[in-house]
Amino acid sequence: MGNYIKLVVLGIITLIAAIAANWGRDIAYVVHAVIIMIISGYLFLRTLRQTDEPIKPVATDGYMDDVVRAGVIATTFWGVVGFLVGVVIAFQLAFPALNFEFLQPFGNFGRLRPLHTSAVIFAFGGNALIMSSFYIVQRTCGARLWGGNLSWFVFWGYNLFIVLAATGYLLGATQSKEYAEPEWYVDIWLTIVWVAFLAVYLGTIFKRKEKHIYVANWFLLSFIITVAMLHIVNNLSIPVSIWGSKSVQLFAGVQDAMTQWWYGHNAVGFFLTAGFLGMMYYFVPKQAGRPVYSYKLSIIHFWALIFLYIWAGPHHLHYTALPDWASTLGMVFSIILWMPSWGGMINGLMTLQGAWDKLRTDPIIRMFVISLAFYGMSTFEGPMMSIRAVNSLSHYTDWTIGHVHSGALGWNGMITFGALYFLAPRLWGKESMYSMSAINWHFWLATIGIILYAASMWVTGIMEGLMWREVDANGFLVNSFADTVSAKFPMLVVRGLGGVLYLAGALIMAWNIFMTIKGGARQKALVGVTTA
Amino acid sequence: MDTYSILREIADSWVLLAMTLFFLGVIVWAFRPGSKSVHAETANIPFRNEVSPGSVETPASKDASIKELQS
Repeated sequence: MGNYIKLVVLGIITLIAAIAANWGRDIAYVVHAVIIMIISGYLFLRTLRQTDEPIKPVATDGYMDDVVRAGVIATTFWGVVGFLVGVVIAFQLAFPALNFEFLQPFGNFGRLRPLHTSAVIFAFGGNALIMSSFYIVQRTCGARLWGGNLSWFVFWGYNLFIVLAATGYLLGATQSKEYAEPEWYVDIWLTIVWVAFLAVYLGTIFKRKEKHIYVANWFLLSFIITVAMLHIVNNLSIPVSIWGSKSVQLFAGVQDAMTQWWYGHNAVGFFLTAGFLGMMYYFVPKQAGRPVYSYKLSIIHFWALIFLYIWAGPHHLHYTALPDWASTLGMVFSIILWMPSWGGMINGLMTLQGAWDKLRTDPIIRMFVISLAFYGMSTFEGPMMSIRAVNSLSHYTDWTIGHVHSGALGWNGMITFGALYFLAPRLWGKESMYSMSAINWHFWLATIGIILYAASMWVTGIMEGLMWREVDANGFLVNSFADTVSAKFPMLVVRGLGGVLYLAGALIMAWNIFMTIKGGARQKALVGVTTA
Repeated sequence: MDTYSILREIADSWVLLAMTLFFLGVIVWAFRPGSKSVHAETANIPFRNEVSPGSVETPASKDASIKELQS
């Protein structure tokens, strides 16, 4: 019976997508309609072939790790893609001729830039978060994922969202909100997937065998719930036509700006911070082989972080139409936020107390430690930059880009690499990664890459800020905008080279993970590998 | 009064007080007598249930074996 309902629904979706492909008013919408038509048509045929066939028994005991395995592969793939696009646009900034004429309008900086940010944050980071939350919630609850194949819907649905978002940017569909560029129908699809994600996660927590909910789950749950809230409010819009991708925002003017940066900063706070802290509170104790330094501190860390982060958004809008009291509020909360951030960093680092020798022998723990170090650095830099006086120098300069990348490449990237190295051998029943020295290479390439990136962006950012505000004795501006652009050239090249090193490290990791999955006989099963 | 002013007044009086008290309550609750053993038990959750639901492993033995394998 279930299959008949599925067939009807899939058939209707395929039909509507076909009509949409015919009536679509813009190229992005038409391409998306064709993608959806092909996928739902394929699912229709697949369901049809399975209907009235004997039902194959489905495993219900043990952990559901297939979806985590798929997540490891997707995270690695999107990581390489995202870093590659980042390197391309870094060199486009240094050498504008790389905006090739024959690739216009698809291959210019303006369209590739949101492709890069979404690929690294939502594709790489998002898959890493979904993969690790599915792994962590099962282990810390002692329960199989709730909802059967719903977790597969979350995985494929989320990756479809990424494909729709990425192709949309290239074809010119964007609502021009930073980190929330996808248009209305892609937003609706993500909302559906996210609700399913929340259901799987909560369902697993509800049927847990452990009495208490481990702190990693608190962070991951706050990430899922808050992102749902942020996503819905910031994407309130009305489509111009249901047969086109263009939509109009419900808010306007400064209200729209404030909503956008309430979203934008909390995407940093709850997607890139709380979610990844959930990973940290599981993987660091596991790899160090000892429980977290202070569980009390982790509780206070959690509540302080979520109570403070939500107010920090207005610091993106200093010296704008936003009232001063609001941007002062954002600034004050950003500075207070320094405390819980460093509390969490100390909690993670001190977990290694008595195991510091592992820094010499275990390249995976080194990944985690450098990631926490970058977390500490960027959560110190961020509050400082949110101070109005500092912001007047740093805002709109490359300093901001450097800050974001020391957080994203250092904290989010490194902890994800550590998690992938932790998971790959366990999930595929191997004793360890294929090559330990390759992890070492990855570590140093990535670290030197980040240092080149951050250092060159500090130099060029502060230089830009100083050049823009320089006035002569008569009060006239000394430099034109083009002067700063030409002065930045050497630093932009160094930044691109830093990106190349970081990408090279990720390629080594992809090779290492591939060889781990493929190579050699299965050793003794370390985790939930049901022998085939 | 318009909606904005009403909400603003509630937000910076009673809601602010309630949220502050809740936050202080969380800290007091974390330090309550008897929390130590609960926290020790909870902090060790990652070292159970790794292979399958209900499997027991001690961090020491588990980690020693992994470390041997990696070196």
